[in-house]
Amino acid sequence: MTNSHPVRVLALHVGVIVLLFLLQFVLPDYHHLAMTRVMVLAVYAMGYNMLFGYTGLLSLGHAMFFAAGLYGAGLTAYYTDWGVPLAFLIGIGCGFVLSLLIGLISLRTSGVAFMIVTMMFAQVAYLTTTYFTDYTRGEEGLTMPQSARSFDLLGLHVDLTDAGQRYNLALGMLALALLVIFLVVKGPIGRVLIAIRENEPRTLMLGYDTFRLKLMALVISGTISAMAGAAYALLFAYIGATFASIQYSIEALLFTLLGGAGTILGPLLGTMAMFYMIDITSEYTSAYLLVTGVALVLLVLYFPKGILGTIRERWWPWLP
Amino acid sequence: MAFGPFLLLATLEGLLQAAVLTLTALGLSLVFGVMRVVNVAHGEFYMLGAVVAWWIASMIGLHPAVGFFAALIISPLVVGAVAFAGERLILKRLNYNPESTIVATIGMLYVIQQTVLLTYGPDARPVPTPFYYRLQLPWFGYSAYNLFVIVAAIALLLAVWFVLSRTRLGLVMRATQFDSETAQAFGIPIQRVYAFVFAAGAMLAAVAAVLIVPIRQAHYLMGLDPLLLSFIVVIIGGLGSLRGTVVAALLIGLSDGIISVFFSPTLAKMISTLLVALVLVFKPEGLFGTRAR
Repeated sequence: MTNSHPVRVLALHVGVIVLLFLLQFVLPDYHHLAMTRVMVLAVYAMGYNMLFGYTGLLSLGHAMFFAAGLYGAGLTAYYTDWGVPLAFLIGIGCGFVLSLLIGLISLRTSGVAFMIVTMMFAQVAYLTTTYFTDYTRGEEGLTMPQSARSFDLLGLHVDLTDAGQRYNLALGMLALALLVIFLVVKGPIGRVLIAIRENEPRTLMLGYDTFRLKLMALVISGTISAMAGAAYALLFAYIGATFASIQYSIEALLFTLLGGAGTILGPLLGTMAMFYMIDITSEYTSAYLLVTGVALVLLVLYFPKGILGTIRERWWPWLP
Repeated sequence: MAFGPFLLLATLEGLLQAAVLTLTALGLSLVFGVMRVVNVAHGEFYMLGAVVAWWIASMIGLHPAVGFFAALIISPLVVGAVAFAGERLILKRLNYNPESTIVATIGMLYVIQQTVLLTYGPDARPVPTPFYYRLQLPWFGYSAYNLFVIVAAIALLLAVWFVLSRTRLGLVMRATQFDSETAQAFGIPIQRVYAFVFAAGAMLAAVAAVLIVPIRQAHYLMGLDPLLLSFIVVIIGGLGSLRGTVVAALLIGLSDGIISVFFSPTLAKMISTLLVALVLVFKPEGLFGTRAR
């Protein structure tokens, strides 16, 4: 942290966004869609990383925030005619409210209890989606109606069935999330969050209200994850209970660990790598989650810093 | 059926649930108490116990009772061996760091679950009940096997209590739980104690699963519910407190069983999880736990 390289950092992040933008002109159809998904899921993982990587709080229940956004936006779009932009905002709002509530309760615990409690709240969220099957159709899920597949905003007509527009919307959201996380993490608050991660009692002793800061980190994290969920529902026109299951919480953790916890671009890289790894395995076997399990064990045993974490340690100490 | 008998039936179901849950949660609590490791793969050891029991019972093919009692002995041993290997190969290398071990056990969860899916398949399969006897009450008939499960669970609990409080092995385990560094200074091989405790915890889950598998079928996804219920029990009872675990398991098992009969199983799980939230808000160390030293 002693010698920050603002030019390099800026160039790297702008470079990544530009690269992703250019990629859409060369990718074949299948990978075009896959990358759209990867970008949305990467935002989810980036939200997770905000809490896990920077604040040091390991949540095992982030799927509930993703699902809050997913259902908040999806149900609004399905049952009302308020339009896609409002549905998106409602999804984000749901994530905000839920993460605030969950934070107020679960942050009373720390360490191991926090992990278990978040996991269980996520399970309640999952059960809630299946309990109200009349509205959500549970595991079977809902497909968005035609009216929610396009919208007009500021004189622009956006067609969500168009692959190109979908890709660029996902990219825009990724850039936004990147910017927000960058500003938070690199600002004074980010420094205190890292201090909490490294040594909470000492941070508390220095006079910081660590509970409030942790709550803030959780709310930002949950809201970003919810934004990804809302986008997922609206872009891909499907909501289902699977997205609230424990497996989805674990995936955020896995993406972040693989790419490098506590690095800004790590979750994006991890999501991309893991997405394709699972994609390839699922062609051969239905037990593709085996890859997830093996990856988790190997990562934690031999590669705990992840891809970018290792690169930062060995070669690029300036990497944010 | 009148309300009274219906409540009795619900209570019996609740007791059955509580018996199995107590054994499972005790395994989780033991591992957490002694090793400070949250074993997310605990539910998979339970599932593995049931699946191995099915294999043994279907391989032996004699009278159901022979297969069942063979499974009751062999299945926990197999599961214990798997857990032992996992502890030696993975957890030990992580130095029992809380965050790393939780991630590693999540990995183990998927490895065990998906390996079972690959070999055993996605079907639910029953193990034949070792004996059929219907206890005819004035209002309804009740399977005597269910009562056998409850009695067996109580016997096992007493055995665990005896080992922990009356034997040298139990003394060593309690010493390691109380203060592992001092225990080591007194010549206790805590590494071996850890491996043993991790295997023993998994075996308790496996025994519970073998007992229940003639009533519920063996399925590769059956581990999730017991895992979450055990977490609830361990938190309400106080992390690492065995007495609290037993009381909380009884409480959660009974209420879960009763609410499931009267309303819906989903609602029961939602309520018990929210109960955890309340306990955490008002008594973060659990009902019987002591504050961290």
